[in-house]
Amino acid sequence: MTAALALGDDALVLSHRLGEWAGQAPVLEEEVALANIALDLLGQARVLLSLAGDEDELAYLREERAFRNVQLVEQPNGDFAQTIARQLYFSTYQELLYERLARGSGPFAPLAAKAVKEVAYHRDHAEHWTLRLGDGTAESHERMRRGLDALWRFTGELFEPVEGCEVEWSTLHDAWLTRITSVLERATLTVPEGPRRGGWAAGAGRQGIHSEPFGRMLAEMQHLHRSYPGATW
Amino acid sequence: MTTMAADAGAYEAVFDAALAADERIEPRDWMPDEYRATLVRQMAQHAHSEIIGMQPEANWITRAPSLRRKAILMAKVQDEAGHGLYLYSAAETLGTSRDELLDKLHSGRQKYSSIFNYPTLTWADVGAIGWLVDGAAITNQVPLCRCSYGPYARAMVRICKEESFHQRQGYELLLALSRGTEAQHAMAQDAVDRWWWPSLMMFGPPDDASAHSAQSMAWKIKRHSNDELRQRFVDICVPQAESLGLTLPDPELRWSEERGHYDFGPIDWAEFREVLRGNGPCNAQRITQRRRAHEEGAWVRDAAAAYAAKHGKAQA
Repeated sequence: MTAALALGDDALVLSHRLGEWAGQAPVLEEEVALANIALDLLGQARVLLSLAGDEDELAYLREERAFRNVQLVEQPNGDFAQTIARQLYFSTYQELLYERLARGSGPFAPLAAKAVKEVAYHRDHAEHWTLRLGDGTAESHERMRRGLDALWRFTGELFEPVEGCEVEWSTLHDAWLTRITSVLERATLTVPEGPRRGGWAAGAGRQGIHSEPFGRMLAEMQHLHRSYPGATW
Repeated sequence: MTTMAADAGAYEAVFDAALAADERIEPRDWMPDEYRATLVRQMAQHAHSEIIGMQPEANWITRAPSLRRKAILMAKVQDEAGHGLYLYSAAETLGTSRDELLDKLHSGRQKYSSIFNYPTLTWADVGAIGWLVDGAAITNQVPLCRCSYGPYARAMVRICKEESFHQRQGYELLLALSRGTEAQHAMAQDAVDRWWWPSLMMFGPPDDASAHSAQSMAWKIKRHSNDELRQRFVDICVPQAESLGLTLPDPELRWSEERGHYDFGPIDWAEFREVLRGNGPCNAQRITQRRRAHEEGAWVRDAAAAYAAKHGKAQA
């Protein structure tokens, strides 16, 4: 099922990136929060990948070209502002998408109904930090602006229709842009300018075309599992 | 005797009577300065250990070999950050602050458990830490649930529940490896071989060389001596190792009918002292990473403070 892989890979890959923060967060409360979000996403990924097949085979034995996540979630953590920018863009999208999927009668409705509560928390967390960083100090404002700008070109791909998700993608996009604009204005930031596409064609991640850091991320994630073929853990 | 001295004597009598009756000392109660200082030192060290202890395990989050194991490990590292938060809060009831304590950790004026200066070299180390390190921590900490200082005792009740869960998960991880392929079994055995002795060192120096023990026991902060707890831990671990199908790396380990306990070989106290002095395998790495996370996070904390000052904490 294409959609289960697409949504499952989004959650899996972003969870992995957030897991890289463990022990590195700026304040203890954020160790808890980032790990909490990573765990929620991993839980979603496990449900979604299990709909598509065996979760571990799919996570550990696919090559880079077979992953269907958007490029946004695979982007390196960067500084805390860049991580928050990625969270803001993605969790706002994910909340809106899951709200719509939960209202529908498709195969993802039950998952979406449960996960949307988690995602609302993720979005709230990202918004609060966007406000604090944007309207904090001159340095935090500048870092937040840079994080938002750097990731802006990966946001267009979020709205490429995913086969099997019966939602109206154009209204999803409009709702996303309205929310992002409102949060950024409150944070004394401006919506970035420039193209909303990566260097490749639209929907590149969904077609298995990824950015360079992704292969290295997978190498680390998969190496132990691949070193012991057939073992159970 | 001056009036003040007489009052101090009366306060001390109340404190002593509370201890004798096994009552809890609470933050607003009078307590001897040394009692307060001992608790701050111990609770801070305990909190620091939770925070530094995230590192050796976080080292494997990105490489966990199944999604189930990855979720368990992430949840565990998250719990440790939470335990650090409880313990810093409990320590703050004694008139210190988290910032002050972190500053002491970063400058090396306060310590953390020596065990976290050992490296996690394979996936099985995650299991060995859960089984042995958390097992030793629980053996140490369960009696602290009855510690005379109320906030510490209550924090320990919550922490011990979660730690017991982690310990069972570590055991279960090792069991899966031990019953897995030959290579997995060997990985588990190697990890236990490396973590066994450092875990025994977690109980601290032997009773005849433990500087603070007698006073801590008199104050009912500690309830059992280092050697008593270490023996209890060995007695628990030997049958568990047998059911795991793993051996413990001690040729002198055997049951003593006479004592009703397991005898075990001598601990390398020279190694223990070296690790405490900062010369263990990972001391420099652990503290450097902690300092770096703190320093690199300074602008984030500054931003949060600036935002709160502008908008009021309620809105932040």
